[in-house]
Amino acid sequence: MKHRIKEPFTKDKFSGLRAGDSVLLTGTIYAARDAAHKRLVGMIEEGQELPIEIRNQIIYYAGPTPARPGHPIGSAGPTTSYRMDSFTPQLLKLGLSGMIGKGPRNDEVKRTAAECGAVYFAAIGGAAALISQSIKEAEVVAFAELGTESIHRLYVEDMPLIVACDAEGGDIYVRK
Amino acid sequence: MRELDVSEIKDAVAELFVHANYHLGEDVQACLKQCAQREETALARDVFESIGKNIEIAGEGVFPLCQDTGMACVFMEIGQDVHLTGGSLYDAVNEGVRKACAEGYLRQTIVEDPFRRKNTGDSTPADINVDIVPGENVRIIMAPKGFGSENMSQIRMMTPADGLEGAEDFIVHVCEEAGGRPCPPMVVGVGVGGNFSRAALNAKKALLRPIGEHNEDPYYADMEKRVLERINALDIGPQGFGGKTTALAVNVIAAPTHIAGLPVAVNINCHVSRHEEVTL
Repeated sequence: MKHRIKEPFTKDKFSGLRAGDSVLLTGTIYAARDAAHKRLVGMIEEGQELPIEIRNQIIYYAGPTPARPGHPIGSAGPTTSYRMDSFTPQLLKLGLSGMIGKGPRNDEVKRTAAECGAVYFAAIGGAAALISQSIKEAEVVAFAELGTESIHRLYVEDMPLIVACDAEGGDIYVRK
Repeated sequence: MRELDVSEIKDAVAELFVHANYHLGEDVQACLKQCAQREETALARDVFESIGKNIEIAGEGVFPLCQDTGMACVFMEIGQDVHLTGGSLYDAVNEGVRKACAEGYLRQTIVEDPFRRKNTGDSTPADINVDIVPGENVRIIMAPKGFGSENMSQIRMMTPADGLEGAEDFIVHVCEEAGGRPCPPMVVGVGVGGNFSRAALNAKKALLRPIGEHNEDPYYADMEKRVLERINALDIGPQGFGGKTTALAVNVIAAPTHIAGLPVAVNINCHVSRHEEVTL
């Protein structure tokens, strides 16, 4: 199945998605990877207010290359998602509706995502130049001192994704 | 004795690091095209199509092939009849990496300490490996290495009793455990024999061999073919979505070892298997 999904990224938009479906995503998403996840979860544990909204948002595991003049961003493909696994359930519990990365997730992430109705999308790893063509705007919105690992707000148009883990527990990485 | 100013090495390193991040080797491209043909599912074919488009866009020189522009792994063969002048060789290599990072819009990818994790801001230092060889040339190979795949690499100190079969099982096991994480189709570098450090280094050097070229020793060429076939039967497939292409190549380098040992190191690379070289 092919789907076109536009923001806001409320979970009801994802309920019909099944692992293996193609999605073209349009809207605002947040790029955050290892260091930003560690900080976000640290802030949650200390009861601090987070620098970005989590509810009904999508986090893209990515650390882009620098933008050349005249371009919003450099190359920005997905990084491997399992490194975020230990942080993800806490974000899901705050209402995160989607994640974009590459590679399988652990059981706890998959279970929590299914319970929360959230979806995990895969972008094609190593196709960063291609994926960047769908990123129209980019701005650092938190943890600027982390450089490429800071949180970027991205506006994407028809970003090509594959549903990797759906809200019913389907998982593209598990062979039937 | 030939004199060579290290500034020439700096410039060469800078050029190689940038070029390797925008232009994928012909050997990898040819293999990708060939593997795409045999995929049967739309999903696997789509992955190859995206990889092909990505190579085209990156080739225009604006967007690097991958956002992980890599740790700069530099392999140098320095002729023993060359006198390097004009400063420190290692400083020159790092200057080259720094220049490439800035001018080539490469990502700042290196942190200065594994725990405190402060970004160095210019992708230095490079991982510099030097071999002294006969002659008066300097060969420089630049292999930007992404860590999605590096993280999936493993080493095991096996025993002589484990033998060839045990080693092959281990290599396949490493790839199976990696699954969809290292951006398959992957390239598998294997170092067998030597010691703990030599095996790992040889596994990384094995990734430098062009795809399609086998080990000169038929014993190891056969091993490479056997293991590749087993890895591609795992049905991990491109990106882990299932399919016939999990690996593009298995390259083995063997070395003499101790009577008690059989080290086996497996260094995984992604499909963006980058390496460029020049001889000065």
